[in-house]
Amino acid sequence: MTLVAARESHFEPRPRPAPSGRGLSEATAPPRAPAPTSVPLLQVSGVSLEYRTPERVVRATHRIDLDVYAADRFVLLGPSGCGKSTLLKAIAGFHQPVEGEIRVGGEVVRGPGPDRIVVFQEFDQLPPWKTVAQNVAFPLRAAGLLGRREAEARARHYIDKVGLTRFADSYPHQLSGGMKQRVAIARALATQPKVLLMDEPFAALDALTRRKMQEELLALWDEVRFTLLFVTHSIEEALVVGNRVALLSPHPGRVRSEVNAHDFTLSDIGSRDFQAAVQRLHGRLFEAGPEPDASPVP
Amino acid sequence: MNQHVLPPIRPEYDRVLAPFVEAPVERALPLSTRLWQQEWLRKGLILATLAVAWEALARFQDNDLLLPGFLATLSALGEGLASGELLERVRISLGVLAQGYLAGVVLAFGLTTLAVSTQGGRDLLSTLTAMFNPLPAIALLPLALLWFGLGSGSLVFVLVHSVLWPLALNTYAGFQGVPETLRMAGRNYGLRGLPYVWQILIPAALPAILSGLKIGWAFAWRTLIAAELVFGAASGKGGLGWYIFQNRNELYTDRVFAGLLLVIAIGLVVENLVFASLERLTVRRWGMVR
Repeated sequence: MTLVAARESHFEPRPRPAPSGRGLSEATAPPRAPAPTSVPLLQVSGVSLEYRTPERVVRATHRIDLDVYAADRFVLLGPSGCGKSTLLKAIAGFHQPVEGEIRVGGEVVRGPGPDRIVVFQEFDQLPPWKTVAQNVAFPLRAAGLLGRREAEARARHYIDKVGLTRFADSYPHQLSGGMKQRVAIARALATQPKVLLMDEPFAALDALTRRKMQEELLALWDEVRFTLLFVTHSIEEALVVGNRVALLSPHPGRVRSEVNAHDFTLSDIGSRDFQAAVQRLHGRLFEAGPEPDASPVP
Repeated sequence: MNQHVLPPIRPEYDRVLAPFVEAPVERALPLSTRLWQQEWLRKGLILATLAVAWEALARFQDNDLLLPGFLATLSALGEGLASGELLERVRISLGVLAQGYLAGVVLAFGLTTLAVSTQGGRDLLSTLTAMFNPLPAIALLPLALLWFGLGSGSLVFVLVHSVLWPLALNTYAGFQGVPETLRMAGRNYGLRGLPYVWQILIPAALPAILSGLKIGWAFAWRTLIAAELVFGAASGKGGLGWYIFQNRNELYTDRVFAGLLLVIAIGLVVENLVFASLERLTVRRWGMVR
């Protein structure tokens, strides 16, 4: 069958252990799950996505296969045009695949739902007519997950977690960009989704805020252990945020390789291993051979 | 030569900054600026200027039949209000207005909800608004009289016509302007159908809806007064427009002006109290308009 063939050919160029690379090598597998025996929480199998412009139909991704396990921080990395955002939206249920299927917890995704909450890049994802607390409680109430009082209590809990206790009764327009993204993250976590989907959530932030948000996200993950699917076009962000990174090649988007990045933390950014990993991913992203003097993409 | 100019290399420094105490970091604006920021004061000044100009013009003209002065109009207004006649007229007018306005608003929301959910509804709305929005409500009055007779039914009919189309057009434009991210966020929570319209689209489009409500109100008010001027007394109970028309026939020009003043005053009150408070409590508080 074509699907199987496609999957095999995709798995072939997986990274082999590199002698100098600490984080990219598969020899240093994650300690908590060396060989996952359980079923993946999120299965993307043979998914092709197309979108329509007035003139033509464009294939955004072609036969993507990905497995995301519980508590993974899975990053989709690729240049613009590789369909990573489209794939994330398909997992969220906003697009239907033209072939293949997406399963979350064994069930095929048929439409948007509160078990897959998205944190978007844009700041206007927060309804401006709701305060921070109301915003965080909104999906809980809208989806009928909790009663009013429980929703409020849980909203306050997650607002505390992202450090916005003092702003719980402010409106979104009174917050900075970073604070708005914190609200969106709190809102997503409060819903306790099976998979948390983040679509370049920090791309619209300034560099200092972005770094702080990455730190906070990792700290939250340490505490809550949610399952994260994170889309970015920054190699460094991918290595820092993710424990596993899938590289997508553009036009149409296909998975080129998957690498492990669980060893890297924010404090490694300057280290030689980290820079080597960045260089390697950079080389793979741009289809060239090893480029020793290519500067890393910030 | 210029190519070889190098900036000087200067010594670095790092100093400990003492807490800033020389001047207050923020200070209050001067009283005159704060007063001038009061919108009611600025608008009141405009109104006062207009009243003075009116009175001056009337005294210069010195013809009470053509142009009674501001004070004469005020006294006629006072008389009318004291005798209760004007209040009764206003009550009748506003009663009819409320019926027509509410019916128009309900119909407009029905039509736009249909338009955002189906292609057919969209086509229906755009065709109907293109046809009927330019049609003056007063032009429908003869037809309405034929259909609904001389009662308030015809008035309500033309009022609905004057409110429905501009409000539907504005609401629909507002719905279309709702950011894609916000729509996806709403659907992400599993909202669909009416809850989606009610909890996402309507609040997000509220600036446009409010402006549609304002336009609809102005259209309705002016249509009502004009319609009452044309045929006015429904079974012996005329509204404010009929009061104006009647007094013009009897050449009580000061009462005509008093009636007009009341029409304007009611318009101002609704605009500045009802709609302004509505905006302050919603879209302004939410930072959706400045």
